[in-house]
Formats: sequence, structure tokens, C-alpha cells
Amino acid sequence: MSDDLVTLSVDGVEVSVPKGTLVVDAAKKIGNDIPVFCYHPKLEPVGMCRMCLVEIGLPMRDRATGEPLLNEDGTPQINFGRGLQTGCTVQVSPGMVVRTKTDPVEQARADVIEFLLTSHPLDCPICDKGGECPLQNLTMRHGRGNSRMVFADKLHMEKHVPLGDLIFLDRERCIQCARCVRFQDEVAGDPVIGFHNRGRHLEIATLSEPGFDSYWSGNTTDICPVGALTTADFRFGARPWELTPVATLSPHCPSGSNMTVSTRREAKAGGRSVIKRVMPRQHEAVNEIWISDKDRFVHHFAESADRLTQPLVRKNGKLVAASWTEALDVVAGKLQQAGTAVAGVSGDRLSNEDLFLFQELFRKGLKSNNLDLANGRLAGGDIVAQVGISSGSNLKDLGKGDVVVVVASDLHEEVPVWWLRLKQAAERGAAIVTLNVRGTRLDKYAKHALRYVPGEAVATLRQLVNQSKVETDGQSDDPIAAAAATVGSAGNLVAFYGAEGLTYDETESVAKLLANLLLLKNGDGHAGKKNNGLIPVWPHNNTQGAWDMGIHPSFAPGYKALPEAGLDAHAMYEGAASGTVKALYVLGADPIGDGLMDGRGKLDFLVVQEMFLTATAAAADVVLPAQSWVEREGTFTNAERRVQRYYPAITPVGDSRADWQILAQVGERVGLGKPALAASLVFRDVVKAVKQYKGMDYRSLAKYEKQWPDVGGDDLYYGGNAYENRSGLGQQWVAAAESGKVGMFEVAETAVKSSPGLKLVRTAALYTPGTLISHSAALLGPRMAQPTLSLSTADARKVGVADGNRVEVTANGMTMTATARVGDAPDGVALISGVAYVPGTAVVQIRKLQEEKVA
Amino acid sequence: MAHILLRHRDVENIHQLDVYRQHQGYEALQKVLGMEPAAVTNIVRDSGLRGRGGAGFPTGMKWGFIPKGAGEKYVVINSDESEMGTFKDRELLERNPHQVIEGALIAAYAIGAKQIYNYCRGEFMDAGYAFEQALKDCYANGLLGENILGSGFSCDFSMYFGAGAYICGEETALLNSLMGNLGQPWSKPPFPAVEGLYARPTVVNNTETLANVPPIILNGAEWYKQFGTDRSPGPKIVCLSGHVNKPGNYEIIMGMTYRELIYSEAYGGGISNGKAFKAMLPSGGSGPVVVEDALDAPMTYEGLTPFGSVMGSASVVIMDETVDMVWMAMKCVHFFHHESCGKCTPCREGTYWMEKLLKRIYKGQGTQEDLQTLRSVASNIGGRTLCALGDFAINPVLSTFRHFPQEYEAKIKPAAAVNGQGKKQTAVPVAAD
Amino acid sequence: MIQDKYAEEIKGILARYPTKKSAALPLMHLAQREYGHMSREAMQEVASILDLDPTHILSLTGFYTLYYEEPVGKYVLEVCNDLACALKGADEFAAMASEKLGIDVDETTADGLFTLKTVMCLAACDRAPMLQCNLAFHEHLDEAKFEALIAKLRAEAASGKMAPSVVEKIAAYAKQS
Ligand SMILES: Cc1cc2nc3c(=O)[nH]c(=O)nc-3n(C[C@H](O)[C@H](O)[C@H](O)COP(=O)(O)O)c2cc1C
Ligand code: SF4
Ligand code: FES
Repeated sequence: MSDDLVTLSVDGVEVSVPKGTLVVDAAKKIGNDIPVFCYHPKLEPVGMCRMCLVEIGLPMRDRATGEPLLNEDGTPQINFGRGLQTGCTVQVSPGMVVRTKTDPVEQARADVIEFLLTSHPLDCPICDKGGECPLQNLTMRHGRGNSRMVFADKLHMEKHVPLGDLIFLDRERCIQCARCVRFQDEVAGDPVIGFHNRGRHLEIATLSEPGFDSYWSGNTTDICPVGALTTADFRFGARPWELTPVATLSPHCPSGSNMTVSTRREAKAGGRSVIKRVMPRQHEAVNEIWISDKDRFVHHFAESADRLTQPLVRKNGKLVAASWTEALDVVAGKLQQAGTAVAGVSGDRLSNEDLFLFQELFRKGLKSNNLDLANGRLAGGDIVAQVGISSGSNLKDLGKGDVVVVVASDLHEEVPVWWLRLKQAAERGAAIVTLNVRGTRLDKYAKHALRYVPGEAVATLRQLVNQSKVETDGQSDDPIAAAAATVGSAGNLVAFYGAEGLTYDETESVAKLLANLLLLKNGDGHAGKKNNGLIPVWPHNNTQGAWDMGIHPSFAPGYKALPEAGLDAHAMYEGAASGTVKALYVLGADPIGDGLMDGRGKLDFLVVQEMFLTATAAAADVVLPAQSWVEREGTFTNAERRVQRYYPAITPVGDSRADWQILAQVGERVGLGKPALAASLVFRDVVKAVKQYKGMDYRSLAKYEKQWPDVGGDDLYYGGNAYENRSGLGQQWVAAAESGKVGMFEVAETAVKSSPGLKLVRTAALYTPGTLISHSAALLGPRMAQPTLSLSTADARKVGVADGNRVEVTANGMTMTATARVGDAPDGVALISGVAYVPGTAVVQIRKLQEEKVA
Repeated sequence: MAHILLRHRDVENIHQLDVYRQHQGYEALQKVLGMEPAAVTNIVRDSGLRGRGGAGFPTGMKWGFIPKGAGEKYVVINSDESEMGTFKDRELLERNPHQVIEGALIAAYAIGAKQIYNYCRGEFMDAGYAFEQALKDCYANGLLGENILGSGFSCDFSMYFGAGAYICGEETALLNSLMGNLGQPWSKPPFPAVEGLYARPTVVNNTETLANVPPIILNGAEWYKQFGTDRSPGPKIVCLSGHVNKPGNYEIIMGMTYRELIYSEAYGGGISNGKAFKAMLPSGGSGPVVVEDALDAPMTYEGLTPFGSVMGSASVVIMDETVDMVWMAMKCVHFFHHESCGKCTPCREGTYWMEKLLKRIYKGQGTQEDLQTLRSVASNIGGRTLCALGDFAINPVLSTFRHFPQEYEAKIKPAAAVNGQGKKQTAVPVAAD
Repeated sequence: MIQDKYAEEIKGILARYPTKKSAALPLMHLAQREYGHMSREAMQEVASILDLDPTHILSLTGFYTLYYEEPVGKYVLEVCNDLACALKGADEFAAMASEKLGIDVDETTADGLFTLKTVMCLAACDRAPMLQCNLAFHEHLDEAKFEALIAKLRAEAASGKMAPSVVEKIAAYAKQS
């Protein structure tokens, strides 16, 4: 280790840093702030702004002997010969002497600031960045306080240039640091913005369709060191110093991305605290300092005018407002009346506390195991509990020699931040193996991109797993064998699996096969080791938590098998239709709207706890208005099993209550005792019930430590405006394989059932209409995924459909309309995107619709 | 004496392959194909040949930096010639292309490259076409492509046209441009010899530099060293322009004085229109201006050091007594402002600012404070930029300040007298920004 | 569509470089010749041939002065009025040209034939005043020679027989290689 450390001195202070460290980073580590603009610790150094100029001296050596030359006092002679150098591009070397406080350095800083300000409009009083602006801050620190540039000589340029519907550019403010351009190119892999013109006329421009076409565009506004880039969401919204930052988590995807919502009390909102913007919060093991645009812009649902504000109870066939007491009494009474014919389904966006109490209500209060996720797509929570990615892992650690397998998932659309991190792992040398029915964007970075025929995913994966056991020389023409050789030689091995084109049962087999792959190698496999293990691509942010909390017909919290399994969701919906299920509790889900339930059927009683009047809520007997995630606190568990806290940020809407509160109040009415007073207390009960959560509490989850690189605080100029994490890094729970031996899984041989006909596979799109996004649509409206059916050229010809035709698609008894795209699908598969979830690979009928006449 | 570089002036149609071959063409190549590559580099190193692109870096040493061993390597010819007052490479490309091709092939053999690119400024499409004809003839005659002259050595050669950007003459900007990127320089290290084109070891040499190589190989290092001085051996093409009677390219032997160049009948033939000499830009717009006292300095890489200037690419622009030096500085700064790639702050902002100040001063609207600011802006650029363009841009300003302070002072009128009627000596429609 | 019209040339150009991106400038020269200027359509087409985002081609178009983002005349007259030429009266020459054509610098004549530009050094300083017309050099000019040149170009345009541009010659070469 010490071999790789280099010792240098910065202003007389000695520091040892890893070989390859840049001078600015080495200085930063000991609190010496060399100012930078173009440099960003997550981007390749370019040395273009010239703000970081310092004096760098190297020990002199005798040309003949190579021995260091010494001064008379025995100290090494140092040669500062090359004048000022950019600290952001020079790597440290042994014995280097860096001076950052000398006159030439101070002068260069002041001069560069003066240059930057020659064309800068100095409109700080009306700039969104004013108050948290690196240029402003560094001008205060290093600038001269006056400019010799004659005002009339300033260049004036456009100030409101939309780079698309999400990001605006102020051309005058841009200091041409290229951080935004480089981020899009290097980090996001979407080089959709660039410099136009040259010299003083360089300006950011885009030609992409739609403008600035990237899921990451918002991040450029965080790292832009001036107010040149602003989001359509925040610009002109508030001054930074009026904002209260509150830590939160992504409510959209299972990455558990850390974010900060900035809130402000507003008169026009009746004195309520409202969200002004959403920004990334640093968590280097989760999302680093990046969030997708969905995370940034899809928050308006929380303050949507459509939110339910009071309990509703059906009277004379109509839902009418009622008091909480009345509503809760009805719910408790009706549930108890139903006896064993009671059932509950929940969504997977709720907190652990909510889900735990839902489970308590059913198992302890109503003595029923009829409990399940309303729309389970992906199996294997129990398998993840055995071989899930080990605690302490970080995708950022994956690199050369490591292998990542991704099965049946399009991470770019499902969990963009994982896509981003795997792309970077690939760039560091990790080998990615994808196995999908069709090409995904990750294939570009994959060493092996494997395909399976619809219906044969399990069989194909089985081949891969079996062949990975065999020692080979890695040379093979058979793509599966070649991939297996790569997998077999993996240093670390991480496996992701999703549900694209798979039935629920198939996902279970996939999870088991991947578990076996992780357990392989003569019993001394990858499972249980740091930076190894299984990661499910859960459909929602807290699906993991739902499994952990026992929202499952056959598991109690902590994966304790139940002596007697209850009904699964499918059976419940059938029971509702046939009358065997009498009362149904729907928590944060919309089975009717999702097409899982055909109306309320023969239910005697239907209660829905929700934010919106969904199709299911509209059919309910009682509707209980729930709070959104930003109105209350709680914990989510991400797919890497990291339990993290989020905090109340805005004033609750109307009379809505936190889900856990409502459930505790129903629980009290069915004999579960006094409701808990705080989410933190509910979490105590969670920890008692879920052995994996042992040792966690709200305080331990809130612990944080300094992360690299520095962001937030005084360091805005360095890592950008992402928030420093002072609210907690959460805790990962330990998978079974980490602490003991786990046996291989039995995977039943599945007969390949290849029925003839074109198969329908639903593919994910990040902006697919859904409850949250559809109530936030204003901004992302133009980018929302429209129902699209992709066919291969051959299949399109067979079914008589041309590119751009409107078609009616029928499969599994469901009918949808979509626009046809020809050429983007493998033969034999019809890919549909922009529609709600469709499981498996059903045979599909396609009918071309007559073009609607335009009036 | 017969020309070594501008041989087309002695031998008609030497741009044709058969004519070139009749005059020892490709014999140097033939010779090296039987040698150890390292020995070829040694000859070039021993000859003392220095880069003709301006910086005068020893060519053999540059080739020697290329790591041995397998993998792709490249030779890239710098034919981007865009320095104001420079027009030598254009003539070589058009009229004596085979000597450049042969030199490049020898370089490729010496460093183990299998691909040569000639990066030619886009405005040279005409010369480029002539050069491409020469390439085509080489391919047809086994001088390019597989198994050259039956030696087992294979090498390809393609033209690349820039599209109007002076900065692409800077070697890393050139390589970026050749890779399809914006033609902006990168911060060195990495040097091209280590990570150049497509991140592979690359030699970038000026067109004229490579034209020197075949005669060196053919006649040996000792022969070459008999020309010129110890530290600046060999012939050099000088581009003479401005107020002289006979502007044009001249092949001289280094060490000759500027006075001889300007006044000798064999060269410039004196100042035009019987006017008196006032000043000279020895290296186009990028080197400091010098005055009469420097005329007896030798044309070598070191010759102008005592006069605070450089030979550079030897683009000698002569100005007679009528030329307004503030106007001259403004023209130069306009050039550098126009050509600044915009990547680094001091050059991007500083050239813009300097041009604004110079225009104001030239128009007679400047103040004493503007003069100070101009001087200070120029020094704030110096040594702080990513590539040398920033340093080039301040040379005409600081050197005219040094030699002609009175011309600046004369334009600064007491506030009351300023009416925008600066004394005009040459009509100057200065292009808008 | 240059893609169809110059399929062979494009193949030849792509074959010269190990990365597609390197072919950007050559293909842009080709596209500009076809479309007269780098229209959005031209940028998009080049981008799609090279699998690049069109923004990159926009960037290049803006950076390099030989690509025109706005339509230009059939003949682009680029007068060098850089220092060395200016010492020999290039500024006056440009002013004369502007007057003769009845347009300002950077404008195009109403008949769409001529665009006048002033440019930086064209490496013909010893033959000033000079200009490039569609990249062909015209040197040692004066008022009479300029008028003769314009007359010749007018006649050429009227006859419909334009001399092949240099780009065309290059493209022809690419076809053979
Ligand atoms: C702004 C700038 C412009 C340059 N332009 C040219 C040029 O047009 N031609 C050239 O050969 N070298 C030019 N150079 C020098 C090259 O960077 C490089 O040093 C040269 O091509 C090396 O070749 P040589 O060693 O054979 O001279 C320029 C350098 C700078 C900084
Ligand atoms: S917009 Fe901001 S991030 Fe992008 S180049 Fe300009 S100052 Fe830098
Ligand atoms: S040049 Fe180092 S931070 Fe910009």
C-alpha cells in the first residue's frame, strides 16, 4: 500500500496521497483550497480555466548520478523552473513542493477572475445562482473588487435560451468551463450539448431532438459554476438563501438515491411550505452526486391539486367527505366483519413503517395471511436475503477483472443511476454481460450481449450458469460459452435481474440460477463477499422493504416462513370477483386502474388508502387520504438492502395522514393497542420483528461521515451544488451468505414451451405514465413515453404494418393502441413500451387501425 | 547553389514521380529500408535538424521519444500553415510533394508507424489535390501501401483537410481536429510522442522539416552540418512579404543576415517604393517586432535572442516608414482574437479585451489608463495560457510598446481634444467582432 | 442525400481512419458542397452516417470558418486582409470589391451568385492583394483583374458549366482509392 503513496508538501504541510492524485485534490485533502472552475473531481481534468495556477517545484537530480541535489543545509534543491502550472492537471510526484500562497499565485488568481468577469454580466441580484455561486464566492475570495473592463465593451448575449423544455441557458453568464459538456459526454454518455463557435463566442448549444435529450440534464445545473444553466423547474423560483433543505430519497426507483428537497413557506400557497427544487444529496455508495431528471422533476404530484384532502365514505352510492373517526370506525368494523375473508394488497412505494403496520394489522389484528403486493412483478426477495449484494459493497469499486451480469432488464430506463454506475464500471475495465430478449443501451458497454428467444430466458441462463462452472481458455465462438468464460474468471461478480418479458415464476427461476452462479466455484463462491452478490431490479423504490416487512402471503417479517400461506394477490382478485374474498384493503395501489382487477366484483367492502382518487379509490367504500413521502418521515430499503431515512419537508396537504398513522389507528380499533406516536417508534418494532435490521434505529441510520469529493458547504466551486450529506448514509443489512454458508437452490427444469406466433414483450421507458408522473406531468409532458409497438422489418411486413401506423395490440386479454415502429425489434418479438406493466411473453394480435380523420 | 528544398525551382516537373525519381527521388527511402530503424533516427539526430514549424525542436530527438515496441504509431505532417506571413509549406506541397512524402515515409520507418496523415489546412484544397495526385502515383508504383519497394515495410498515407482554424497548427489541436473533435489543444502532458493520435505514440512534424530528411539520409549528417551554424544547421525557407521589392519564398542557408535577405538583389531587393525600413516581424504575427538594429542578426534559431525576438517559422514581414505600429499591433491582435479557440480563459478573454483597447486607442479615443491596462492585460495573458497562442498574441503588443511607445502616446489626446479623428495612415475597415 | 449519391466516396473516406469520428471534417466538406452550406439537414445527415449526435456536427460547423451555417452565394470570394496583405493594400482592395459587387462584407449579391468575405492569412502574402473563390487562389489582383474575374464567373454561371470545385476533385480521388 505505502508503495502507492506519494508524499509531497503543500505550503509546507506534508501530505501522502495515492499515486496519480492531482495536485488540487492532494491540497484539498489537507484543507488547502486551490480554487478551480473547470476542474471537477468526477470529470477528466482539462486545465482550461487557468484558475488553479500554482507554483510547483520538483527536487533536482544530478544528471550523471541521478542522486538528489542538496542545499548546503541538506534540504533537497527544488526547481520551480516551469513557472505557474495548473494544479488540476499535474499529478503528484515524490518530493514535489507546491506553493499556493505566493504573490505570483495570488496575482494569477486575481487576473483570471478579472478575465472571467470581463464578459460576465454581474447580474447576481437576479441570478438563480446568486448566494450559492462558485464564481461569486471565488471572486469574493480572490478577486480584485474592481474591473478595468469598460462596461460598454462587454459582450451581450441572449439570456433565456431554452436548451430544451427542462434546461435554460443564459449565454452571458457562461464562463466556458465545459463542465456541462464534459459531464454529458464522459459521465452521462449523452453528448447532446456542445460548444458552438469558437473563441469568445463559444456558446453551449444542442441539436438533439428533443432539445438536451438526456435523463441527466439537471445535473449540469448543479455543476455549472455560474448561473448559466438553470432548470425550468427552479429558475426564478426563489433565492437560495430563502430555502430550507430537507433530506429525502428517491420515491421512484430502487436505487435509494439520496436527494435534498429545498422548501420555502409561501404566501401564495397559504403559508404552506412548498418544494422549490429537488437536488442530489451526496452518497458515494448509492448515487454519488447525480440524480436522474425523473427524480429531480417528478415531485409535483405531492402538491397536485388532485390530492385527496379528507376521508371519503360511500353513502347512498356516493363517496362523501367524512371525519377521520367515522371513516376509521367504518373501516375497522367492516374488516372485522369479513372474518377470514379479509385480504390486503399494498403498493411498494410506501415506507417500511407503513408496510410493517399493514402487516401487523393483518397478521395480528385480523389474523389473516392474505397479504401481498398489489402488483408483484419480480420474485426473489427471499433469495436476495440469502445472496444479495454484500454489505459494504459499492458499484464504484468494480473495475478490471470484475464482472456484472444483467438479466432481463433495461437499466437505463428502469434505474438510470445504476446504468450510469455500470457504464463507469465498464469504463474502468469491468466486463458486463447482458442477457435480454432485445438490445438495450447497456449493450454498448457490454463485453458480451446475449439474447434469448422469448420464453427461453431460464433455459438460456441455465446454459450460461452451467458453462461458467467449466474451466475454459475463454476462446469460443459460441457467445454463451464466451460469456461463461468471462463470468467464470470474474474477480468480483454482481448480478442484476429484472422482469422484462418474464412471468413472475420465471423471475424466481432467474433469481435462483443467478444465486447459484454466485455460489459456484466449489462452494467457495462469490456470494457473501464484498462487492459480490445479487441485486433485484425492483419495480419501485421500496419493494425490498415490502419483502422485508413480510408483505407476502407466505413470509412473516424477516423472511420467517409462515406455517400456512395466505392468498396471493392474484387469488385475492379472483376471490373478489367470485365472492370468496369479502373485504379488501388496498394500500397505495390501484389494481383496478392497472387492469389487475375487473372492478370491485362481489366485494362487500373495499377500502383504499391513497393520495389520489384512482380507479380503485373511485370504486371504494372508504377512501383514506394519505400523505406523500415529503410530508412525513420514514425509511425505505433500497435494492442493495440499504435502509435509509427520509424526512418531512412540506406542510401536509389537507387532512391527509401518514400511512403508518392511519394503519395504527385502524389497528387500535381492531385491538392492537395504542398507536405509536412516531415513525421512529414504529421502526423500533420493525427492528424487533426483522432480525436482519438488528442494531438499526433512527439515530444510527442518520449517521454520516465525510465523503470524497467535497461538495456543498464552502466547497461549491469544487464538486458543485449537490448537497453534502449530513442526514445519514443509512445501514445495509447483512445477507445470509455473509455470515454463514448458503446452499444451492433447486431450480425445476422448465420445459421450453415455444408456441407459434409473435410474442409481446413490454419494455420499460423512464417516463411511462403512472400515478406519480401523471400527476406531475407539466414539465416532462412533452417527453412522456407514448405507447409504441416495435416490430422487426420482417414481422411488420407479415402483419401488414408500416412505420408510424396506429395499431391495436391484443395480448393476454388486454387491448392497447400504439404507434408502430419498424426495424427496432428482433424477429418474432413485438416490443411494447409506454404502457403499464404487461408480464411475460404472450402471443399477440396486431391490427392496423384506420387513420383517424382529422377534423 | 542548387536548392535542397525548393528543388522544383531547379528541376522542372519534379512534382511528377518519374521526374523526382530521375533526380535521386526515393533513393533515401530505399537506403533506410535496409537499415535498423534506430540508426535512421540517429542520422537525423546527428544532422542537428530542428523543427521548421517554429519551435525548432530537434527532430531526431523527437523521433527518439517514440516508445519502441508493438502497437499502432503515427506520423502526422503539420501542413496547417496559417501563421500570417507564412507560405512555404503550400509551395512544397504543390510543387515538391514527393520530397515531403519521402521524408514522412522515412520518419514512419524510423519510428515503426504504418500510417501517415498529412493535416493540411482546408484552404489548401488546390495544393492538397496536387499532393493527393502524388500519393496516388506512389500507391501505383509500390511506394505506398503494402510491402513498399519489396522491403516488407508497409505504410499507408492519407490527406486530411482542416476547415479554417489557425489553432489547428498547434500539434495537439491538430490531432484533436484529425480525430473529429473541436480543434482545441489539450494540456500537455500527455505529449503526442506518448499519447497522440488515437491515444497512440505520434510524431508531428512540419512539412518543411520532413522535406529536409531525404537529403540528410542520402548525403549524411556531416554533409548537412556543413550548412548553417552549429546549433542551426541546414537550409531554411524564408517567407518574405510586406514592403519589399521582391516578396516570396527564398531558400537560404541559416546564418545569413536579415539585412542581406531584405536588401540583396538575390532576395528582397530592398524596400519597395524607395521608402525606408521601419520594422520587421521575423516570425509572422506571433513573434515580437524588431527594428533596424536587428537586421544584422543571423537567421538562426538563436540569432534574434539578443533582440527579444525569434526566427520562428521565418515568416518575415517588412514594414516601411509609413506603417502605424498601433495599427500593426491591432491587426495582429485581431488575428489572434479571431483565431483563439476559446478553451482557456486568459487567451479567450484577453485577446478580446486587447482588441477592444487597441481599437479605442487607434481611433484616438484611448486614455492613458487604457495604455496601462493594455500593457497589464498583455502581461496577464503571458505564461498563463494552455498553449502558446496566448503568448503569441501579446508579442506584437508588448514589442511595439517597447520599440514605439511614442506612437501609442501620440494617439492619447488630452480629454478635450478627443473627437474620434485619429490620424489615419492606412485605411482600415477593422472587421466587426 | 450524400449517403446515396456518394456512397462510394464515403466508404473510401471512412476507410482512411480507424474511427468514424475522424471522417467528420471530410464528410462535412462533402455535405457542404452538396447542399451549398451546412444546413441542419446536412448536419443531421453527416451525424447519422457517423453515429454521432448532430450537436457534435453543429459544434464543428461553428468552430471551423470554412463551414457556412447560413446559405452563401454560388461563389464565395474570400479576400485576405490580414497584416501582410493589408500592407499591400488588401483593405482597399476589399473595399473596392465590396463597392463593385454592391454588397457589404459577409453579404450575398441579390442574384445569389457572390458572397464577399474577408479572411485571415491565406498563405499568399507575397502575391497580395489576393482572394480565394471557392477555395481556388486568385493572386496579384487589382481592380481590372477583379472585374475580369467577376465577369468570367458570371458568364460561367450563365452557361451553367461550373468548373468542378476542388472538393469535387478530392471526392473523385476518394472514389478511385
Ligand atoms: C498557435 C500555434 C500555431 C502553430 N501553427 C503551426 C503551423 O501552422 N505549422 C506548423 O508546422 N507548426 C505550427 N505550430 C507548431 C506545432 O505545434 C509543432 O510544434 C510543430 O508542428 C512541430 O513540428 P516541427 O518539430 O517539425 O517543427 C504552431 C504552434 C502553435 C502554438
Ligand atoms: S453553461 Fe455552465 S457548466 Fe456549461 S460551460 Fe458554461 S459555465 Fe460551464
Ligand atoms: S485549469 Fe485547473 S481548474 Fe480549470
